[in-house]
Amino acid sequence: MDLTLVGQKLAFGLFVGSNYGVVAVGLTLIFGVMRVLNVGHGELLMLGGYASYFAFTVAGVDPYVSVALSAICLFILGLLLNTLLFQFVERLDEEKRIKNSLLISFGLALVLQNVALFAFSADERSVRAAYAGGAFTFAGIVLPYTRLLTFVVGTVVVGLLTVLLRRTYFGMAIRATALDWEAAALAGVDVRRTYLLTFAIGSALAGVAGSLILVTFSISPAIGLAWTLKALVVVVLAGMGSIYGAFLAGLLLGTVENLSTIWVGAEYQQVVGLVLFLAVLLLRPRGLFARRQ
Amino acid sequence: MTAMLKVSGVAADYGDVRALWDISLHVDAGEIVALVGPNGAGKTTLMRTLAGLHRPAAGSISFEGQTLHSLAPHRIVEHGIILVPEGRHLFGEMTVLENLALGAYSVRARSRRARTLDSVFEIFPLLRERQKQIASTLSGGQQQMLAVGRALMGLPRLLLLDEPSLGLAPLVVRGIFEVIAAVNREGITVLLVEQNAHLALAVANRAYILEQGRVAGEGTGADLLHDKQVQRAYLGYVERGSGCGSG
Repeated sequence: MDLTLVGQKLAFGLFVGSNYGVVAVGLTLIFGVMRVLNVGHGELLMLGGYASYFAFTVAGVDPYVSVALSAICLFILGLLLNTLLFQFVERLDEEKRIKNSLLISFGLALVLQNVALFAFSADERSVRAAYAGGAFTFAGIVLPYTRLLTFVVGTVVVGLLTVLLRRTYFGMAIRATALDWEAAALAGVDVRRTYLLTFAIGSALAGVAGSLILVTFSISPAIGLAWTLKALVVVVLAGMGSIYGAFLAGLLLGTVENLSTIWVGAEYQQVVGLVLFLAVLLLRPRGLFARRQ
Repeated sequence: MTAMLKVSGVAADYGDVRALWDISLHVDAGEIVALVGPNGAGKTTLMRTLAGLHRPAAGSISFEGQTLHSLAPHRIVEHGIILVPEGRHLFGEMTVLENLALGAYSVRARSRRARTLDSVFEIFPLLRERQKQIASTLSGGQQQMLAVGRALMGLPRLLLLDEPSLGLAPLVVRGIFEVIAAVNREGITVLLVEQNAHLALAVANRAYILEQGRVAGEGTGADLLHDKQVQRAYLGYVERGSGCGSG
């Protein structure tokens, strides 16, 4: 067994896994707190990618700096979408919320995808930062700057979210609302506003993921659904209720997929990922990192 | 004396089923008022409606002249009305300290959080000992203490308690009721729903009887304790002759 090869696959698996993780964290945050399943999450990611793309091509903003810009834009879009659309779903009881949000967000996804198609054309877009070609080499393993930066930015963003949730009063209110929204309301938490801000934060995370994907892969109006599905697989792998669990599950999926290419062809990576998904559903349906409910 | 809490003609529905019909009652400042009655009488529905978790289908609720019945729950908390719900509804996965901290989330209470925490720990020293413990691992009695403590963190002026004695051992229940009496002496008005009618009537200044969604009777705690019909229906005994002291 060529250890360098394994190391290389592991590294790239972690890099792509961090992308999976950031997307999944946004989705699970929204679902965990308000039981809204936003199937249009991938489309928000796509829009985040475009925000970064235009920041780069029009204003020359460094793609990693434009991650912040993308987060801000998608935060605002999230506020709008929640106010205009999802708040009506949030008034329903939990069971109806999940079903209705699924339907509504599916429609939203179609709308966003076609608006993007109309506005941006179907061409794939990607950016190349000036330092894009270079790489570190460590013990024979090649670590490209772009991939490494993507990993670092993704980890930092998820880390910031964890700090928000664990160390701030508002973060505590978000967690409480996720556990028992009525009890949170009785404690004085404005549940509607908490939902609004949580949706915005989750959307901002989608935007961050989109920017990172712009740099490491490419974007086009059609990428949304594939990323939403990927995020859903990761969320199921992780189980409900754990933000960093979703990130870890993303890393896990990425590494399993990438490592599997040592034995199977690259086209079968996705299959391996889904086999893992099925295995977890069969053996530990609550998810790998789910907390005691 | 003008009432602190005034409920007039309140009706509440669950879908097509009416759970409360024309409920009118009042609570004066400084009182302990009890709501007794059989299961399914609508007591919890009424408490949830008062707390803003449920919209009344008709009628009005006002607190010191301010209209309450159209407000969101967190706004009602800002007015100083805090509910300890039936079944406690603690944030089970969070620590005792986090549960208490959240109790002070309202704008009114949060600036005094540290001081309020100290006084809650004075009332419930056990909570101070176990502050880092996960709430769901506490015993039933300890959880009830935490639930009451959490409500006290919000600096209530009117404390609503829904079945505080449910599932608790008699000794523990006595402790809880001693706390209720103590906070009432400190100036907190109390509205209490209790299946344990005897306890409720013994501690209350006044009480209402709720049956099938309607007010079926009212009186002072002592009067109702010695009322033969109440005794037969809710207290499980009937005194002989004119009652002198309760059983």
